[in-house]
Amino acid sequence: MSMFSYLKSLSLLELLKGLRVTGEHLFKPKFTVQYPDEKTPLSSRFRGHHALRRYSNGEERCIACKLCEAVCPALAITIEAEPREDGSRRTILYDIDMYKCIFCGFCEEACPVDAIVETRRFEYHGENRGDLIMSKEKLLAIGDELESQIAVDRAKEAQYR
Amino acid sequence: MTEIRNCTMNFGPQHPAAHGVLRLVLELDGEVIERADPHVGLLHRGTEKLAESKPFTQSVPYMDRLDYVSMMCNEHAYVMAIEKMLNVAPPIRAQYIRVMFDEITRILNHLMWLGAHALDVGAMSMFLYAFREREDLMDCYEAVSGARMHAAYYRPGGVYRDLPDFMPRYEVSKWHNEKDIKRLNENRQGSLLDFIEDFTRRFPACVDDYETLLTDNRIWKQRTVGIGVVSPERALQLGFSGPMLRGSGIEWDLRKKQPYEVYSEMKFSIPVGTEGDCYDRYLVRMEELRQSNEIIKQCVDWLRQNPGLVMLDDHKITAPKRNEMKEDMESLIHHFKLFTEGYCVPEGEVYSAIEHPKGEFGIYLVSDGANKPYRLKIRAPGFAHLASIEEMVKGHMLADVVAVIGTQDIVFGEIDR
Repeated sequence: MSMFSYLKSLSLLELLKGLRVTGEHLFKPKFTVQYPDEKTPLSSRFRGHHALRRYSNGEERCIACKLCEAVCPALAITIEAEPREDGSRRTILYDIDMYKCIFCGFCEEACPVDAIVETRRFEYHGENRGDLIMSKEKLLAIGDELESQIAVDRAKEAQYR
Repeated sequence: MTEIRNCTMNFGPQHPAAHGVLRLVLELDGEVIERADPHVGLLHRGTEKLAESKPFTQSVPYMDRLDYVSMMCNEHAYVMAIEKMLNVAPPIRAQYIRVMFDEITRILNHLMWLGAHALDVGAMSMFLYAFREREDLMDCYEAVSGARMHAAYYRPGGVYRDLPDFMPRYEVSKWHNEKDIKRLNENRQGSLLDFIEDFTRRFPACVDDYETLLTDNRIWKQRTVGIGVVSPERALQLGFSGPMLRGSGIEWDLRKKQPYEVYSEMKFSIPVGTEGDCYDRYLVRMEELRQSNEIIKQCVDWLRQNPGLVMLDDHKITAPKRNEMKEDMESLIHHFKLFTEGYCVPEGEVYSAIEHPKGEFGIYLVSDGANKPYRLKIRAPGFAHLASIEEMVKGHMLADVVAVIGTQDIVFGEIDR
């Protein structure tokens, strides 16, 4: 080892340079996001928890065509259909097994009437076994709750789909 | 005379430095490795078999979950295999988008590798800095596909949806006032391309920071220089690819050697190591970060000037636009056909490989003319790398095993598939 590199090594130069980089970060603005008080921005394409939508007159959109059931790669959707009293074809069972779901968004892509959608909701939990098997009632309730945001997002994305 | 017996111990599968679920059975003589026996299969989900039971497009989301730190690259190999079978090529804009996101994925992957590798070896701050940049790229993923990791964005025949013209923004909270939010949202005012361009401008300085922290650092060098040396001949014999092969001094990159999509239009160079040790592989990957950044820049420039289709207009393969589907009977029929039985591909077999961040990721697809693959074989680069672990760690100390696992950039999603 030459004298120069010996001195350089003794001066801890590269370690001090590294310390400068970390030291500078002490004075830079923090990039921490203080979840859950604040959240990272979510895009309008976000694929979170599912919801079933209604038309503005309160009629449910789903017509039980079972495309989502057919396209679901994880086989998470189960549908049974029957004609309703007024003769229109509706689901009597619409279950999404959230334990199986892989959030690929294919159900939303497949739905010809925009009934099943994936919302911005990504925080949910179940307290009992089976709580995360979402029934039609639960999905419709989520849809009612989030409809305003769902509609805004679909309108924004309409030009790309 | 007392008899001395080697100590056998388990490394993993719960070891934090085992990068997932690697179980390594080590035979130690004191602290020197005599034998290392990797046990794989703890994350086996049967992706290959699963793909045989569903139409082609429906397996795309499962490809994300192979190497779960470089999602879109896995998809790319798979959709390219299907496209080869169908003998179609995606529109040129889709090809540029794919190349851009492949390179974004490469940066994502290398940042994850860098953070985890440095953390294993003892540099904590690297992990935090790497994740800061990853966050921006994850936002790109989310803006374009709706998911931060498992994108399912590439489709046979193009990509799903064009790049968005807007970026989601931060909102005021009790932690950040108006002024902070304005600063945070500064690069989110324009389109996704503006956001990516801003990233490419910032990123080289970030890589400089990483290099200041590690490249000359004596601790880093002591832990990596001369560790896990693989000669070029052995690297070839062991079936290495990607940075592992280039670190040993062999200039091999599928993006150059058999350009796919629009890589032939891109200007970039491939870094090559000389010694074949952990340090050289580190240098190669750091240079790849810079090269990927350059490729992204070129793609952004092109994509700005050339709007167009991102999906083939052939509705036997790709779904029609939604407004067409709602108004046109024929489109509706196509829509229903595609989402139920999918499409049939001609009989035959095809191998499509891409330069994945970890090496050559290949999909070997056999079709019997049905709407599902007859057989799908995934060639995961990590598998060949992991197989060589005994050779790489033999004679080294126990602590070096961690460095070698780090340098191999192992992800179990693809090895166990």
